[in-house]
Amino acid sequence: MALLEVKDLYVSFSTMDGVVQAVRGVSFSVDRGQTLGIVGESGSGKSVATQTVTGLTRGAKISGQALFEGKDLLTMTQKELRSVRGAKIGMIFQDPLSSLHPYYRIGWQIVEMIHAHEPGTPKAKARARAVDLLRLVGIPQPERRIDDYPHQFSGGMRQRAMIAMAMSLNPVLLIADEPTTALDVTVQAQVLRVIERLQTEFGTAVILITHDLGVIAEVADDVVVMYAGAAMESGARDEIFYEYHHPYTEGLLRSLPAYGEERERLRPIPGQPPSLIRLPSGCPFHPRCPYVFDRCRSETPPLDPTWGGPGHRSACWLPHTKAEREAVRDRVIGEAVPS
Amino acid sequence: MARFLIRRSILGLFVIWLVTLLVFIMFYMGSGPQDVARRLAGKQADPQTIAMVMHRLHLDEPSYKQYGRFLWSLLHGNLGFDFYHGQPVTTVLKEAFPITLSLALGAAVIWVVIGVLSGVLSAVRRGSIADRVVTVLALIFYSMPVFVLGLLLLFVFFYELSIHGLHFLPGQGYTYFTASPLQWFKGLILPWIALALISAATYTRLTRGSMLEVMGEDYIRTARSKGLVERRVIYRHALRSALTPVVSQFGIDVGTLLGGAILTEYTFGMPGLGWTAVHAIEEGDLPVIVGIVIVATAAVVIANILVDIGYAVLDPRVRLH
Repeated sequence: MALLEVKDLYVSFSTMDGVVQAVRGVSFSVDRGQTLGIVGESGSGKSVATQTVTGLTRGAKISGQALFEGKDLLTMTQKELRSVRGAKIGMIFQDPLSSLHPYYRIGWQIVEMIHAHEPGTPKAKARARAVDLLRLVGIPQPERRIDDYPHQFSGGMRQRAMIAMAMSLNPVLLIADEPTTALDVTVQAQVLRVIERLQTEFGTAVILITHDLGVIAEVADDVVVMYAGAAMESGARDEIFYEYHHPYTEGLLRSLPAYGEERERLRPIPGQPPSLIRLPSGCPFHPRCPYVFDRCRSETPPLDPTWGGPGHRSACWLPHTKAEREAVRDRVIGEAVPS
Repeated sequence: MARFLIRRSILGLFVIWLVTLLVFIMFYMGSGPQDVARRLAGKQADPQTIAMVMHRLHLDEPSYKQYGRFLWSLLHGNLGFDFYHGQPVTTVLKEAFPITLSLALGAAVIWVVIGVLSGVLSAVRRGSIADRVVTVLALIFYSMPVFVLGLLLLFVFFYELSIHGLHFLPGQGYTYFTASPLQWFKGLILPWIALALISAATYTRLTRGSMLEVMGEDYIRTARSKGLVERRVIYRHALRSALTPVVSQFGIDVGTLLGGAILTEYTFGMPGLGWTAVHAIEEGDLPVIVGIVIVATAAVVIANILVDIGYAVLDPRVRLH
């Protein structure tokens, strides 16, 4: 059984302008100790999906299932959900400066988390644990830095402190929502290393949400590519990178700068992601797709198996066999994504 | 911190000096001295009598000399004597200030509690019936002048009760705390409520807006993601940040009020600083006016210093210098 299995999740918000369909029938699952990467542009619903699962979206219309250790998170009471949040599912977010409370000391914020789930813990013990955690994530002189305020930490250290806090109750799942986006490139790698190290040490499963395919390539076991609130393609990492089927995945890969390669310019995907209030008919990607044909405009393609492994699926009307798909690519675009 | 206090105190003294100078200029630019002398000498007074009165009060001297005399005695802690009764101004202030202080501080405690709690309720249950009721009440009290609310309160809790034989609350005046704590308290209940309700409305709106803003912050999401109970998220995480603008408004309001709550004092017949100031201005009683202006300015200056210290206490990122 998967640790977390999300099935057919729908999330929508009523706004003044209309109903925002933030997540439209997304399914994904993550096993113990595994890393699932969810990739997509801003507004693709990747954050909303995971925050809904943990009960952090407010005022939304939600349907579907999110089985965590066999129990549906979406039907849990607030009280049950609170005992899962923090204790079993740790979360870290994009901007560690705004995600830590600016008025409280780092140590206080970690100790508060410990006390929320283990109220009996003596203060000194909780504090000692916070020091250990900070050391574990690589904060130098943790005994001293524990009494610093977030603004006294550097960006990378703040994210490490967030990780320390999220890991303080040894959760089985860590949801990292764009954990490296707000950091310098050099620090990004360090933070990813910390997450990886803790993962191997404690066997934590990780859901890594990012728009950065480079990050996904480094750490993910499985990948879900999201666009306009729906999964476009999912599969093992290598399938997504080397055996991609969906034109959106292809577009993302093509828009990456290739290291050490003579390329005149980046190739962005033309156009903008659609409004989640007025979605295009048929496939949501069709207005930007180089392969678009009539059927794409009228019918929404289901997430169907492709030639890859059992988990490799793609929501696209292009032929689902490797030879035919590559033939279409050669005819329309003319070259493969350099890998 | 020491440097901050020294710098701000010097600045405060400068402001007080400037304000006294302005009051003197206004008094001597107008017909102040003549008016005072004429009023004192009586309606039928001849020019000689008026001149004599002016001479006795040094009002015939040039204004810069007057101001120099004033500054000199101020340095000795002497604010001079009021023109009409010859009472030391310090005595006038000592009698009036406790009244205003009792009124302002008591009302401030009530309005900040009501305002912050209703603001939090309103923000947390945004769009609910409770939010709407709070908003409507806040608008009603916000737009109601204190003399209307004060008179309404007096009508119900003093007049109506009294004609039914229930003499619970006094209608007018002030009893010093040292004379009778119970009477002091009873006399202040209605003024406190009137002043507090009117001011609370501002705090309700301010807290509501500030809370709504803070509740959208990333660290509130973090607090929830930690599995904290909602009450703790609201009070320990959100309200702590949301209080910052409330503290600054509070300091300025209390500071201003300590210079005299003119309308409230008038409505309830309390001879506090505001009431005394109005009388002094009507009579052109310069020494009293200047004395009250000094107290009022000092109150605002001190309140501002306290607000800045309060900021630094609330927010560790703020450094005083």
